[in-house]
Amino acid sequence: MAFARRQQSVIPGFGITLGFTVFYLGFLLLIPIAGLLLYTAQMSWDDFWRAVSNRQVVASYKLSFGASFIAALINLVFGAIVAWVLVRYQFTGKRIVDALVDLPFAMPTAVAGIALVTLYAPTGWIGQYLDVFGIRIAYTQLGVVVALTYIGLPFVVRTVQPVLEDLDKEVEEASAIMGANRLTTIRRVILPALLPALLTGFALAFARAVGEYGSVIFISGNLPFRTEITPLLIVAKAEQYDYPGAAAIGTVMLLTAFVLLLIINGLQWWTSRRYR
Amino acid sequence: MSIEIENVNKRFGDFVAVDNVSLSLPDGQLTALLGPSGSGKTTLLRIIAGLENPDSGRIRFHGEDTTDVHVSDRGVGFVFQHYALFKHMSVFDNVAYGLTVKPRRIRPDKAEIKRRVMKLLELVQLDWTAHRLPSQLSGGQRQRIALARALAVEPKVLLLDEPFGALDAKVRAELRRWLRRLHDEIHVTSVFVTHDQEEALEVSDRVVVMNHGKVEQEGTPEEVYDHPANPFVYKFLGNVNLFHARVENGHARIGDLTLPAPEHGDARSGKGYAYVRPHEIEILAEQDASGALPATIELVSIVGPSVRLELRIENGDDLVHAELPKARFRELGLAQGGQTWIKPLTSRVFLDGETLPSAGV
Amino acid sequence: MSSLASENRAPGAAAGASGHKLAWHRATEEPAWLRRVLIGVALSFLALFLVLPLTVVIYSAFEQGLKVWYDAIVEPDAAAAIRLTLLVVVIVVPLNLVFGVVAAWAIAKFEFRGKSVLITLIDLPFAISPVVVGLIFVILLGSQGWLGPWLASHEMRIIFAVPGIILVIAFGTLPFVARELIPLMQQQGKEEEESSLTLGANGWQTFWRVTLPNVKWGLIYGVILCNARAMGEFGAVAVVSGRIRGETNTMPLHIEVLYNEYMFTAAFAVSSLLAALAIVTIAVKSFVEWNDERAQGAAGLTGLTRKTP
Repeated sequence: MAFARRQQSVIPGFGITLGFTVFYLGFLLLIPIAGLLLYTAQMSWDDFWRAVSNRQVVASYKLSFGASFIAALINLVFGAIVAWVLVRYQFTGKRIVDALVDLPFAMPTAVAGIALVTLYAPTGWIGQYLDVFGIRIAYTQLGVVVALTYIGLPFVVRTVQPVLEDLDKEVEEASAIMGANRLTTIRRVILPALLPALLTGFALAFARAVGEYGSVIFISGNLPFRTEITPLLIVAKAEQYDYPGAAAIGTVMLLTAFVLLLIINGLQWWTSRRYR
Repeated sequence: MSIEIENVNKRFGDFVAVDNVSLSLPDGQLTALLGPSGSGKTTLLRIIAGLENPDSGRIRFHGEDTTDVHVSDRGVGFVFQHYALFKHMSVFDNVAYGLTVKPRRIRPDKAEIKRRVMKLLELVQLDWTAHRLPSQLSGGQRQRIALARALAVEPKVLLLDEPFGALDAKVRAELRRWLRRLHDEIHVTSVFVTHDQEEALEVSDRVVVMNHGKVEQEGTPEEVYDHPANPFVYKFLGNVNLFHARVENGHARIGDLTLPAPEHGDARSGKGYAYVRPHEIEILAEQDASGALPATIELVSIVGPSVRLELRIENGDDLVHAELPKARFRELGLAQGGQTWIKPLTSRVFLDGETLPSAGV
Repeated sequence: MSSLASENRAPGAAAGASGHKLAWHRATEEPAWLRRVLIGVALSFLALFLVLPLTVVIYSAFEQGLKVWYDAIVEPDAAAAIRLTLLVVVIVVPLNLVFGVVAAWAIAKFEFRGKSVLITLIDLPFAISPVVVGLIFVILLGSQGWLGPWLASHEMRIIFAVPGIILVIAFGTLPFVARELIPLMQQQGKEEEESSLTLGANGWQTFWRVTLPNVKWGLIYGVILCNARAMGEFGAVAVVSGRIRGETNTMPLHIEVLYNEYMFTAAFAVSSLLAALAIVTIAVKSFVEWNDERAQGAAGLTGLTRKTP
């Protein structure tokens, strides 16, 4: 009967749109990614291990992951404050400030990179004042943290903002009526409600920072063992036609990305399940 | 603990939410603030709680001025329409919250908190949900948990904002009877806001009818229902028919019918309206010696045990609604389209343009 | 407000209504000093990380006057980089636009197994380092890669040439249109499409006249963002382009070259074009959001009355 078909969907185009989507993703994403994984799989375990665990590479992991972690932490704290201020308070120019938060997301990383190094170089607008106190940011690991903070800035703000907007004011009122002071309400009622969003934003900022290249390489100075990030090592090896070396490290980065994506999806699932 | 409200005013921009309200809510009673949306009832409740501050006027609990006491120190219990439970806490932690945020020196120990929480959960008959999350409970259960949570701090007064508003009809009817019984047990001075007149009349000891930020009438449910102070209260508390009347020397004439209107004994002559509830209209098969209005039956609808009629009287613009038991309807042998006579048993007459002061009955 | 009121109050606060307003504060509000501190902290952080870098770009670009700025942009290598970048986006943006619309249609209007996997796959380019994206295509298509020998025998060059740049940018900017459209179209549901179809429209007509107008603004923002990210893509292009001046340098690569050759003003001049594009992008986003809020405000007046019943 005609009804049996209508149960499915009357909207046309399912086969062709899904087909095209899968085809496009397959050719542009999946086959090339599989190519890299297969290429690495051809290496012997010893070669692979040597490529991914030599001292210079390990030093770059430490920097990339460590600086990304610190940058994401900075963004966690300040991003939460920015989101709070944007949602809860009124001040002139709020709309513009709100729009500006997306700037690192739209700004090309190379432009951000040269802007940051110009600011923080010992002769730069900010760097010259820090230099007086002996603080160096450009060409040090601090510079890497600064660049990674810049590019991760929108993530915590943009994941926390909508949750904060939806947060029921009555819940805070209920807490206050039962005798809690404002600090207790924030600690025991608001922060737990924001926790999944905060963690998601943190994970997104961290994931973006780990793979970041353009904004970092100008300010970091790229000293081996000191300020060399992992993505830079991949570029260097590729430029020297050391494809196995590049592929091995690239595979490590790729698997890290998969794991982070899984964690982020898990966090989002947790949020939607627990706080519907 | 009694609550005194003195000359309280509150505006939001140009909107007057509460307009010079003074009320005295006696100790241990359950009072309903009844009114349509926008009547200021919720704002008044939030002012009593300390969630809003009045532009002017005072709030006293048992004679003690609490107007400037911060909400956290005011010692009220508040139940929100949408429960406002903490989603990330178990039912137990929700109810325990008020006790656990007390300053350390007056905070009960863990065992005592546990004992009190479980006792409250038993009181609301939900002790078996202690370890669940609010999202795993039904709406009615959540509202009972919200009530237990509000009671945990042993509030001086309990305030409920449309406590059953978000529930479906059957659950609300059950829950309001339950609330009445619970109040009889614990006797804490309580105020609840509702727009549902049936709820207000059924549950409360006193009803305060509000409209446009003003108190229209206050009294026991019976007083308010049987002796509405003005046309607004009449219309708001249940269905009512309006008859155009001429008021003369303590009588109201509707066509050939004369109704007593002793409250207008001094009014010599003027236009007015007689208000009659549907069940206070007697339906007659034939003209009565003492006078009745002829009417045509336009619609008959049988609703369970009673019958509702829509009638049209001669020269009447509006339909008259009447209600009578099914047995009586059968006895009269009426049918749709047929002719009948109607006679108001009791009525209340208001002069045209009359608005009574908000004083009692 | 009378003598009654002042009797029970501390002498200092007896000034009447204005006096007690100062003392009272809303249960859901922080004290004014804390509000000011938090706003100050937030604005300082954003000024330091957002406003200053943007200012330094614009300042440095025009520091030596309009003439120098203009010369830096029309200089042959810069002009070639701009042309190449435009060529790339003219190809990549329509591709990802079509992909985004098609994928959003499949995901938002139908239920099928594996949908969440598909959404995750679309997100994948967000998570992968741009450098790894470049590497993936070098391994696949480079001279020592899987298809390198076959490509060489057919005299086709992809890596260190324009097609490679197009591929990595298409990969990197794949999610942007789709990610804007999917939530929008899911939110719209399918009732409007179904009623259009029952009124006799065919699938195309329904798409053009019902679906598309509903998601128009989201689509525009998705396209602009995709465009900005495509023009600014750096890490992936750095790996596959080979940095042949005047041939395979896109604008960001040209900026790097200029910077490394200490031609700072020229580097910032080219940067200022991309920064302007970024500002246009966030302005469009802001406009789209403002438009949404207005539409919701008009539709949902009931939400406003809730506060003052």
